[in-house]
Amino acid sequence: MSTEEKPKDYSESPINLEYFYTAGSATTRFLNQVKEGKLVGQACPKCKAVYVPPRGSCPRCGVATNIEVPLTDKGCIESFTVVHIPIPGNPIVPPYVCAMIRLDGSNISFLHLIQGVDIQEIRIGMRIQAVWKPKEEWTHSLENIKWFAPIDEPDIDVATLRFKES
Amino acid sequence: MSDHKDLLRAPFELGYTYKRSNGPVMSKFFDGLGEHKILATKSSAGKVFAPAAEFDPDTHEALNDLVEVGPGGAIESFSWIEKPQHHHLVKNPFAFALIKLDGADTSMLHMVANCNESDLSIGTRVTASWSSTQDKRITDIQFFTLET
Amino acid sequence: MKKVAIIGYAQHPILSNAGALNEVELIMPVVHHLFDELGIDQKNIDFTCSGSCDYLQGAAFAFVEGLSAIQTNPPIKESHVEMDAAWAMYESMLKIQMGDADTALIYGFGKSSPGNLDSIMSLQMDPYYISPLWPDRVSLAALQARVLLDKKIVTKEQMLSAVIEARVNSKNNKNALINDLIDESTYLEEEIISSPLNAFDCPPISDGSSAMIIASEEKAYEYTDKPILIEGIDHRIESSNLGSRDLSSSKSLQASMDHLQLNNFEFDVAELHTQFSFELPFLRSLLGLVDVPTNLSGGPLVGNVMMCAGLDAIGKTYESLKQNDLHRGLAHASSGPCLQHNMLVHLEKEQ
Repeated sequence: MSTEEKPKDYSESPINLEYFYTAGSATTRFLNQVKEGKLVGQACPKCKAVYVPPRGSCPRCGVATNIEVPLTDKGCIESFTVVHIPIPGNPIVPPYVCAMIRLDGSNISFLHLIQGVDIQEIRIGMRIQAVWKPKEEWTHSLENIKWFAPIDEPDIDVATLRFKES
Repeated sequence: MSDHKDLLRAPFELGYTYKRSNGPVMSKFFDGLGEHKILATKSSAGKVFAPAAEFDPDTHEALNDLVEVGPGGAIESFSWIEKPQHHHLVKNPFAFALIKLDGADTSMLHMVANCNESDLSIGTRVTASWSSTQDKRITDIQFFTLET
Repeated sequence: MKKVAIIGYAQHPILSNAGALNEVELIMPVVHHLFDELGIDQKNIDFTCSGSCDYLQGAAFAFVEGLSAIQTNPPIKESHVEMDAAWAMYESMLKIQMGDADTALIYGFGKSSPGNLDSIMSLQMDPYYISPLWPDRVSLAALQARVLLDKKIVTKEQMLSAVIEARVNSKNNKNALINDLIDESTYLEEEIISSPLNAFDCPPISDGSSAMIIASEEKAYEYTDKPILIEGIDHRIESSNLGSRDLSSSKSLQASMDHLQLNNFEFDVAELHTQFSFELPFLRSLLGLVDVPTNLSGGPLVGNVMMCAGLDAIGKTYESLKQNDLHRGLAHASSGPCLQHNMLVHLEKEQ
């Protein structure tokens, strides 16, 4: 059998599926608070770990995280990367920084953008705070936060952020 | 506890674009559609599989002996849809059908349109109706219609 | 070969739209129920396996989110099948038989409500010849129904009986989605969706989850005096070339029956994963169950959580044996269009 393929020897198979995504109760509670400009994590009743954004269950204990914990919008950078390719549909100009943001009081980090700082200055442990969009533009989304920017506070030693079993 | 009674819902569309390699047997089948021919493959035992199958499902023999079948054939089974869903390709009432094309030993799934439900029964003869665009897809046969 | 027993099964109430609950929130209660019932937790589970379909959620690797429902610290041995959780149970059973585990947790979950199940399920078929035509699961089942009716293997009266009985039996399952009874005239007046099937002939769109714990026979005795053992299990798949299949018979089921030596075997009870009304009389006839109480839970016609209903058939058979003075049960799980892929599970309760 010949191994040569004729040019264009393929079938186009586009697939389009429509869904109506429904957020679960944990996500709904979280995003309802984000709409008001507040970041509220959820804690596990057993090990007390605080999760933001919360998924409704603690992976350490396998139980529902039914305790709400209001958090500030300040934290530190747990890790980061400098991205040189643009985000489709987003006006942000590369190079830009994506970082794992560890909010004060939370036990996990989440992904967001860093702006307002020289890329060379960015480091693990750097103190940062959310820069919000104008209140009129707030929706049920973490995009209410445009990005995180550095604040003038001493760096955090991320080793101290390690979870301690209570 | 924060309010969670008002469910947050959002519509979204998941889209994938795939380009699938046809392989030597199916590329000939799709080329055949471009010439308004329906091709099948014939096993060494003489069994004819339409549309062109790459392997005999019973004996696992690799098939690459192509023969032309149809374009007419008889309905082996059908299901009439009075109210097509929005993702269905035919927008008026139509049927999905298993059609055994003349010369084939297996049946082919496709659609039967431009007729009434009462026109169809097992054994009704239909013939391929070709799409005006040729994309090397099974939809190059737009649907089957009653053989006159 | 080591024998494996089912030691627990739990089912979430079947919902037409779980809305407020996401997949993690559906899985947690059934797993916790089993753990509480058996007095164990994740540390007692040697292997975890789930069954689900990413396409139902509309996201690649969506099943990984399901793991948020269980304890994964310390890290667990885990696997997943993009199939009904009945096959997750099969994989778990193999793990125990190979000596890699003594206990296994199986869970299935699915929300059909967010997407269009008909378009999703048509994607499981041949991507060159079939999927581009978007044949929906009801139309495909209808093709088989017509063949069976034409050959008088199944009658319309049998289809009606299947629908009526399913609703009568649903009172036996507190988790069933549908429990209102209907009569013959209501059935006959119902609009046809895809001939010859109407809405009553089809399973309801369902959201939910189910879980099961299995254990080696030896381990099972730590939890019960009368373990319900898997005496035989077999699954076979037929060709995906739909036009080459004989829809009036089931080669896969016959092969399993022969392999498990179940021809002329007498069961006390059975639960079949028959999603469409005509499939019930068809399979009862093939499997020799015409005189055997079948689908006493109501079966898929009163609640059909995708990726769970096969596991549910096994779980409901287990429950029937456990709660009654019954000895032998047969469960059936299915996957693919027109009963392409079938599993048979022969359960027996120690006397």
